[in-house]
Amino acid sequence: MDRDQIRTAVLACLKTIAPELEEAEIRADRPLRDQVDLDSMDWLNFLVALHQRLGVDIPESDYGKLSTWDAILAYLEAKLAA
Amino acid sequence: MIEFKLPSLGADMDEGRLVEWKVKPGDPVKRGDVVAVVDTSKAAVDVEIWQEGIVQSLLVQPGETVPVGTVLALLSGEGEAAVVPAPAPSPARRPVSPLARKRARELGVDIERIEGTGPSGSVTEQDVARAAEASAPVDRQAQMRQAIAAAMSRSKREIPHYYLGETIPLATAAAWLTACNAERPVAERLLMAALQLKAVALACREFPDMNGFWRDGAYVASSAIHPGVAISLRSGGLIAPAIHDAADKPLGTLMRDLTDLVRRARSGSLRSSELSEPTITVTNLGDQGVESVFGVIYPPQVALVGFGRIAERPWAENGSLSIRPTVSASLSADHRVSDGHRGALFLADIRELLQHPERL
Repeated sequence: MDRDQIRTAVLACLKTIAPELEEAEIRADRPLRDQVDLDSMDWLNFLVALHQRLGVDIPESDYGKLSTWDAILAYLEAKLAA
Repeated sequence: MIEFKLPSLGADMDEGRLVEWKVKPGDPVKRGDVVAVVDTSKAAVDVEIWQEGIVQSLLVQPGETVPVGTVLALLSGEGEAAVVPAPAPSPARRPVSPLARKRARELGVDIERIEGTGPSGSVTEQDVARAAEASAPVDRQAQMRQAIAAAMSRSKREIPHYYLGETIPLATAAAWLTACNAERPVAERLLMAALQLKAVALACREFPDMNGFWRDGAYVASSAIHPGVAISLRSGGLIAPAIHDAADKPLGTLMRDLTDLVRRARSGSLRSSELSEPTITVTNLGDQGVESVFGVIYPPQVALVGFGRIAERPWAENGSLSIRPTVSASLSADHRVSDGHRGALFLADIRELLQHPERL
């Protein structure tokens, strides 16, 4: 799966939580949760959606690596390539 | 004959608009069945029925707005002769004025669905205008703001609030949660919010003066513990539906119920019992970064517990200083029902419960 496919999948997962979201509004280097107003429940649901769509299991200890849009894409790319 | 009335789904609801019937004359219904969808100022709600019987007649039609307490339908109960609904008569041709027909076309209203109030049931231009108004899109946000304004103004006008705050150490709970979640698949992970909710529910068992309703000048404690969870909606506003029997549920079940409730609150598919039955409210604004929250009680409830942000803070104990995760918990309570002393003990009980997460 290439970066564009991952990006499409992540956006689709995010839109299940925040349907009003447009990709152009996302500042890729800024904290994602603040931008999209994701609370703990939204965040968990986002991770569940990622797991269901991409088969990636993200442990709690890795949450710190997922702060921005760019960081999420890089993390998933590495996980899927492993 | 049993009368099925439009229930009140909260202190901020005076009326509701029937969106859809889920039953028809002749259908049997039992307790807990969803029989109608009603639009309130906050959300479209699946309205349940709490009697058993056979639906005899539907007295209110979709699109009509009626006050709380209006009889929506009649049912025959056990032992009563069920009236088999007569076959619908073939529709008689109703007179429609040409002006009304033209107006209906302009406004996109189906003239066949309009009840005429003119001579011999004829449909008039005014009938068309009324029907168009009734089917116009609802400004949900404005309505919700008005409903919140009415309920919160009433609360501040009628309820003598007192407020207490307590900093609760969460090192044990956080460590327990981390270890617990490490063994769970992502879809079954727990949030600290579930532990906090359970702690409040358990504390309500010991403090019935925090869990109930002030009605008609007196307090009535609730035998059930149904905490209402304040849920912010992405379009603005909030809603606080109940999680039923929270004190009796294992944490995994409570977390599943909480996830489901948040999802349904945000997608607009709550049930009437979830809106009419909260016995205390729990609000959590920690994710928004606030240190603490002192909430406004949702009448006729008598207490609200708030949680702020969980963060590492300096903590002094036994003469030494350390850094620990803590949370600021607050209580807003009704002074007509309890005093600060009881409120303080209630918060202390919540704190103590959170020190033993394995028992929650």
